[in-house]
Amino acid sequence: MILVFARWGLYCFAMTSSSSDSRSLSPVIDVHGLAKHYRVADKQEGLASSIRGLFHRKSRTVEALRGVSLTVEPGEFVAILGPNGAGKTTFLKLLAGIITPTTGAATVLGHVPWQRHDDFRRRFALVMGQKNQLWWDLPAAESFRLHQVIYRLDRQRFEQTRDELVELLDVGRLIHQPVRELSLGERMKLELIAALLHEPEVLLLDEPTIGLDVVAQHSIHGFLRKVQTERGTTVLLTTHYMKDVAALCRRVVVITHGRILYDGTLTEIIDRFTTHKIVTLDFEQPPSETTIAGWGYPCERDGPQVRLRIDRERIAETLPRILAGESVLDVTVEDVPLEDVIADLFRAGRDEYALAETASGGQA
Amino acid sequence: MSGMATFSWQQLLPSWHGWTTMLSINVADRLAHRGDFFVGTLFRFLPIVTQIFLWTAVFSAAGSELIAGYSRNDFVAYYLLTMMARSFSSMPGLAGGIARSVRDGSVKKYLVQPIDYVGFLMAARVAHKLVYFAIAAAPFGLMFFLCRGFFPPLPEVPTIAAFLATLVMSFLLGFFLEATLGMLGFWVLEVSSLIFVYMLAQYLLSGHMFPLDMLDSITLSSSGYSLGDLVQLLPFQYTAYFPCAVWLGKIQGQELVSGLLVEAVWVVVAAVACRIAFLRGTRRYSAFGG
Repeated sequence: MILVFARWGLYCFAMTSSSSDSRSLSPVIDVHGLAKHYRVADKQEGLASSIRGLFHRKSRTVEALRGVSLTVEPGEFVAILGPNGAGKTTFLKLLAGIITPTTGAATVLGHVPWQRHDDFRRRFALVMGQKNQLWWDLPAAESFRLHQVIYRLDRQRFEQTRDELVELLDVGRLIHQPVRELSLGERMKLELIAALLHEPEVLLLDEPTIGLDVVAQHSIHGFLRKVQTERGTTVLLTTHYMKDVAALCRRVVVITHGRILYDGTLTEIIDRFTTHKIVTLDFEQPPSETTIAGWGYPCERDGPQVRLRIDRERIAETLPRILAGESVLDVTVEDVPLEDVIADLFRAGRDEYALAETASGGQA
Repeated sequence: MSGMATFSWQQLLPSWHGWTTMLSINVADRLAHRGDFFVGTLFRFLPIVTQIFLWTAVFSAAGSELIAGYSRNDFVAYYLLTMMARSFSSMPGLAGGIARSVRDGSVKKYLVQPIDYVGFLMAARVAHKLVYFAIAAAPFGLMFFLCRGFFPPLPEVPTIAAFLATLVMSFLLGFFLEATLGMLGFWVLEVSSLIFVYMLAQYLLSGHMFPLDMLDSITLSSSGYSLGDLVQLLPFQYTAYFPCAVWLGKIQGQELVSGLLVEAVWVVVAAVACRIAFLRGTRRYSAFGG
């Protein structure tokens, strides 16, 4: 009884505090010190050890997430990057309420996700891999109808949303064909539509463009961007493709070894983590190796064309010097490719982790 | 606790529109596998032909009119009726399907969507059965018509009503028992051997293989109880033997009423076991797996 009152009191408090400033004060996703440890069986190869394993199981703890804190405001489009096994998917699963954390707290849309309240579950969607929501042997249109029932959607509204989404992705001719006959890209498009039928306020996407060709990637980018701006959906997406990030997300969260390594805008990443620019020069007469080495770090040489890495601070003085001294046909100055920046960042995360592990006695 | 919080009666069963949609989608899904489904349905009738031959041979070899109180016609009628009862209580693919969804992770979907997994499975299974009966009605009818000579005269209306009640309960019992079995997939990686053991127990102890009252004459040493008494304590008989015995008039009056009550209790026990297994299983899944 006391609990009920306490809860009610909290509720009233939450109502008053949120009504004073409707949206900006309350983040959609609020995560504090979230950690998830798994116990996994340690299996050695070979028959003998398999038999030993029958009687004596060895297991070890894997720390998939080691204390993640994060807030996401309504309408943000956040990319979660990290090497394989960094904890990105675990993080999404925690936010979707599929798994419970070992320690830490989180609220999504004001709910604790792993309590799996229905009014929470009606307001978000998760797309994780293929064969997720669609019935394999049936046309997608049937699965869509099932979603209408599951989410108790008003028929007219449902049909309108469905038709809009189908038109946006131009998949009208695919929705009456069994899903198993469709290509990977087509299936992913239909999965996305299924996830958006109930107009979720939060959309969690786990590698939505994995394995897709460039055209399919583009159309999914355009689709997500349009849906997100029109509806103001909060989207969290994990990916390995920098194209996804560049096309969609202003904010980037980098996770390595279960920790947040970086949280900020994409441009900040480039500013903070790139020390060089890439300069490509087309010479009439290619200069000698030593001359080139005097300007910066040569990366590539293809006949008269030379690619160099030049320190960002030195570029303003180096470039005029080159142009004055040599006859240059063409010059381009670019940022280091985003992939390389991120790879450097991942490597830095790994080194930092290894260092911390050795310092703490290496108890992995 | 977390699983408990999500439970509500409203979500346990879908709305009327939900039912019709789920029905039509399951019909469509069945029809997507129509070849398999039709063949499976039709070949269910073959064993009955072999049963007729088998028992004719057994009786002519035994040279007596009755075996354990059953005539040849009684046996054939009994097997036809078990076929009917099993068509309600058998749940092909249910336990295996649940365990598979846990293993390959597709059970996630039911944690993410505002739907109760058990309720959903139940709705799907009802749809499955309805499709099955729609297809099997004609061959079933023909079979019973051709075999009408093996049956005693039609029972009284209350007996028929009791028979129908046992069939509905046998459906529920079969569903919850197998669903519970499937939920064990949350704890063990492979449940197929458990399913095999269950099927075997089911086959022997439900009366699917032989009428269970044949066991009454086998007394367990010195205890004074028979093997039949022991089998009576288990829920399996309600998935085959009990409905048949009701139709054939072997269970009547007070015994029938108490039998129906006990069956209802078993349904509730199995439903609760299934719910607990699901709640604990998802808690375990969310703590260890994913």
